[in-house]
Amino acid sequence: MTLAAGSAPPTRPSPIAWRIASVTEIRDETPTVKSFTLAVPDWPGHRAGQHVDLRLTAQDGYSVERSYSIASEPERGSDVELTVERIEGGEVSPFLDQVVIVGDRLEVRGPIGGYFVWESSTTPTEALFLVGGGSGVVPLMAMLRHRARNGLRNPARLLLSARHAEDVIYRSELEALAAAGDGFELVLTLTRSTPQGWTGYSRRIDDRMVAEVLEPLGSRARCFVCGPTALVEVAADALARLGLPADRIRTERFGPTGT
Amino acid sequence: MATRVDDEIEDAVLDGNAVGGLLASSFGADMTAIPGRCAHCNTVSMIGQLRAYTRAPGTVLRCPVCAEVVVRIVETPTSVLVDASGAAWLRMDRR
Repeated sequence: MTLAAGSAPPTRPSPIAWRIASVTEIRDETPTVKSFTLAVPDWPGHRAGQHVDLRLTAQDGYSVERSYSIASEPERGSDVELTVERIEGGEVSPFLDQVVIVGDRLEVRGPIGGYFVWESSTTPTEALFLVGGGSGVVPLMAMLRHRARNGLRNPARLLLSARHAEDVIYRSELEALAAAGDGFELVLTLTRSTPQGWTGYSRRIDDRMVAEVLEPLGSRARCFVCGPTALVEVAADALARLGLPADRIRTERFGPTGT
Repeated sequence: MATRVDDEIEDAVLDGNAVGGLLASSFGADMTAIPGRCAHCNTVSMIGQLRAYTRAPGTVLRCPVCAEVVVRIVETPTSVLVDASGAAWLRMDRR
């Protein structure tokens, strides 16, 4: 492309415009969770932890919007991956789960959010403590993929709660990241059932668990907590009681509007 | 004693991140990381930290410390109405 003298420079694509994205890949993560890769035209780029709004419009004009965290790392560019859990009785997630196929087009707006965001370039050596429940792992996965992609070796731990072993989203990828020996460790807790020989935690996240998993990272760790409201409250309160400064604890709650 | 209805309401509480897209489209910039002071208890929180009650005709954002209303947002077909009378101030960086 050439610019004529005096013409305006190309403007940066706006993050708040609705764009028509194409579904390029759908992958099963667990029996109730799928990942969708969207090719988004003019994607402005995103930071790990941000989300998009997704809008569905019926032929009569009725439309619904939902927010979904971005699972892909910024380095993947305009191939934006969302991971969606099917919520029974929901308006949007059953449609995504059962109706959408590769080649379909979806309206998205984003990236959105500047609060629940981690950029490896600003704090490349700082310890990172991530706490997730269920599909709350999605924005945390974007952070871990971002960290791995940049070859960081800062101490990092993910404490992840799920009901059953088969409900752990990204389990094989998380275990591979943990086996890479770059300072990342994965700690799982299963709250409803455990497989035979399970040696990990088997209860809901509580003060003692947070203290034990955080301990090797120390009280200067940067913390991100994402999950259902109850889990977020417990974990954030525990971190505050352990003496972590409030400005190092970032939280994101998800709930029934995310269905 | 907490009732089942109370529990359901508590489960439905989100945070200011949930209305990030709506606010960004209204103000033209991300609002979740801007700080504001609660007019009731003087706590400074970022918008993303406020408690969001979204299962209503509008959205109500409450202070995480004193639970008073900081911001109300109502969408109509032609406009977005933001009542920030519960905020003493909001601070936006120059871009």
